[in-house]
Amino acid sequence: MTTTNRTNTQIAQLWSRRLSAVVRGLCLALIPLLALAAPPKELRFSIAGDPKTFDPLHIEESNSQTISYLTSGVLVKVNRATDQLQPELAESWEIKDSGRTITFHLRAGLKFSDGTPLTSADVVRTLSRALDPKEGSPAGDTFRSADGPPEIHATTPRDLTIHYKLPKAGLDRLFDQLGIPPASPAKLPASAGPFIVAEYHAGDYVRLARNPNYWKHDTAGHPLPYLDSIRIDIQQNHDIELARFLRGESQIINRLEPESFDRVAKEKPAAARNLGASLDNEFLWFNEAPAKTMPDWKRKWFTSPAFRHGISNAIHRDDIARIVYRGHAHPAASPVSTANKFWFNAALKAPVGDATASLKILAAEGFKLRDGVLRDRDGHPVEFSIVTNSGNRPREQMGQLIQSDLLKIGIRVNVVPLDFGSLLDRVYKTQNYDAAILGFSNVEVDPMEIMNFWLSSGSQHPWWPSEKTPATPWEARIDELELKQASESSRDLRKKSMDEMQRIAEEQEPIVQLVNPDYLCAIAPSVKGSQPTVAPPQVLWNIEWLRLE
Amino acid sequence: MKRMRLIAMILLVLIAALGALAPAIAPYSYDAQFRDAPDAPPGPRFRMGTDEIGRDRFSRLIYATRISMLLAPAAALASIVLALAICALLKYGLSALTTICLSLPWIFLFIIMRAELPLSTGPVVSVALTFGLMGVAGWAWPARVFTASIGDMKQSGWLMQARAAGISPLRIARVYAWPHLRSVALAQFRVLVPAYILSEASLGLLGLGVPDPLPSWGNLLRDLQHPDIVRSNPWVLAPLGLLMLVMLCLELLQSQREVSL
Repeated sequence: MTTTNRTNTQIAQLWSRRLSAVVRGLCLALIPLLALAAPPKELRFSIAGDPKTFDPLHIEESNSQTISYLTSGVLVKVNRATDQLQPELAESWEIKDSGRTITFHLRAGLKFSDGTPLTSADVVRTLSRALDPKEGSPAGDTFRSADGPPEIHATTPRDLTIHYKLPKAGLDRLFDQLGIPPASPAKLPASAGPFIVAEYHAGDYVRLARNPNYWKHDTAGHPLPYLDSIRIDIQQNHDIELARFLRGESQIINRLEPESFDRVAKEKPAAARNLGASLDNEFLWFNEAPAKTMPDWKRKWFTSPAFRHGISNAIHRDDIARIVYRGHAHPAASPVSTANKFWFNAALKAPVGDATASLKILAAEGFKLRDGVLRDRDGHPVEFSIVTNSGNRPREQMGQLIQSDLLKIGIRVNVVPLDFGSLLDRVYKTQNYDAAILGFSNVEVDPMEIMNFWLSSGSQHPWWPSEKTPATPWEARIDELELKQASESSRDLRKKSMDEMQRIAEEQEPIVQLVNPDYLCAIAPSVKGSQPTVAPPQVLWNIEWLRLE
Repeated sequence: MKRMRLIAMILLVLIAALGALAPAIAPYSYDAQFRDAPDAPPGPRFRMGTDEIGRDRFSRLIYATRISMLLAPAAALASIVLALAICALLKYGLSALTTICLSLPWIFLFIIMRAELPLSTGPVVSVALTFGLMGVAGWAWPARVFTASIGDMKQSGWLMQARAAGISPLRIARVYAWPHLRSVALAQFRVLVPAYILSEASLGLLGLGVPDPLPSWGNLLRDLQHPDIVRSNPWVLAPLGLLMLVMLCLELLQSQREVSL
């Protein structure tokens, strides 16, 4: 009996194994069929280079910034379409003490992608790291204050308070940029954003996969993001990026050059998107620093507002917009782009290129046009060089147009494209140059971003970097207004300061604003749910809501 | 084969004449901007169309021919003269010096030179310096060939006989050695001219060649980096065609010379 029972058991086990093998085989056979029925929703686009880091606290370039936008969890997020703050990891927050204190309340049950809980301790650790001088984190810059670091306290696992000694402008909006990483560093770190870095092949691509623990759901309860994965190709050549898009191999180009945009508009009109003026501006300025290499009479020209106005009025900005940017740019009137609707001073108008008006302004300052050459009071012919970064076609072409415009008023200009390193060296270290054309890519709509540029003591203050004291009363007034808006919690009062600052910038014109290039992008019609905006990360800001059909 | 050589010679002379007579032939100045017609297609007003800022491509090509066809031979001549002078003056260490010179990363020296030039340096001076530096930098190639030829000559019977007969070194160099070296120098010149035209084109592609608004084949070829421009106006390829034609003619002359030798 025992033998028979054992035999029966063995037979049953044999059949059980056979059955499970058949089921396994069927499952394996069905997987490709299931895959055919519902193909993985992978979005594909390109970035221009390898991300240098996946640590949100050490990002210094746009490629890493793009990955961080897609992977990092933030406490609050600026809705790029409405410019309003929306809750993310923090379900609510309060600002108290006239903008000195902010308290965040985190959502319940938050987790990083590796399953570890995300608590207020993680936020405290992140902000402390960002503010630690030893870390050298660029993310900490916006959180620093002249009155020392803020006090940061986690009161419960879901609540934390940050307190500054003086009011901090736009305190809650600062946290839009602060990604919260997990405590344990890893080569491909976990994250609290909609995606995680799943693969990285240097020089080839980065693949992001859906974060299984992402907290957000749509109104129907479907977990977000909709996309299964994102393949981000590392492609420096914009022509190859464009060709891939036109062949349907990628779905988004987040930033298009004007000529590429025209081609997309011609070949795939439904994909071409022009959102009008971007937040960026292109400008020219004169070296006003007391450089040893510059003769006094030349410095006298450059420090004269009338001379700068004369030059500014001779430049045909409409030609620059029409020719260099193929009509995809707008003449600029202010350091704040017209696209930045709240902060732009709408009373300002860009000068219209007019040689006669220009000569009239210059004549009032003692300049005279004789035999086709403009000369100053002492008879020096007006000649100067303009440096710009070589390889940047729009800037080189702007230099050529300005050269031709100024020749009409008797000024000989030498346009010198230099490699970027040499250019920055001349502008910020040796001050061995006359004038320069460069641009500013604004990442934020908030004017706090341009403070380092406009404060006379700022390291990026172009016409005289890191001035010990403001050289002129109007520079002192700009400093005053910049600091005032930075410590004011009321948005309307900040706007008032910024309006006056823009008016002074127009009156004195230390920076000759040229154009605001348009924001141009391409989005394949198969991408649904996109709401591109001019504020970075433009098309990608609502990545969790994008779908592929 | 002689006919091919003749055709090549005529073509080279025609291209050189086209450059030399640029102000008379070109309908517009090379830097005149027609802002009403940027990127204009070829037509009666602009035979090859205009570039992105409305400059006539045909006029710019003719002026570019003048610069490239004048300065590349000048730089080649400078290299040959310098190489001969160094070979004549240096008795020891020539081989080591040429090896060092050939191994130098000249492209970086060009970048440094351009960065260190006074910003007030005008385009004409900048062009002269670019080709001048090319001429100075290129002496080592012909010098190596001259060293080998001189080495062969030193072993020859006629030189020993000339020395034994008490003929002065200067007379030996002028009357006996130079006719031998002349053919080598000519061959080197023909090799260096296309090499310098190509070098200028390569430097132009990197933005280190002839500065705007002066045109050269090199900086006109920068448009080839943008397929859209080529697609919309195939005349953008004209400098490339002209460059290839000159290279072909020079190659033909060189190969014919080798056959005849």
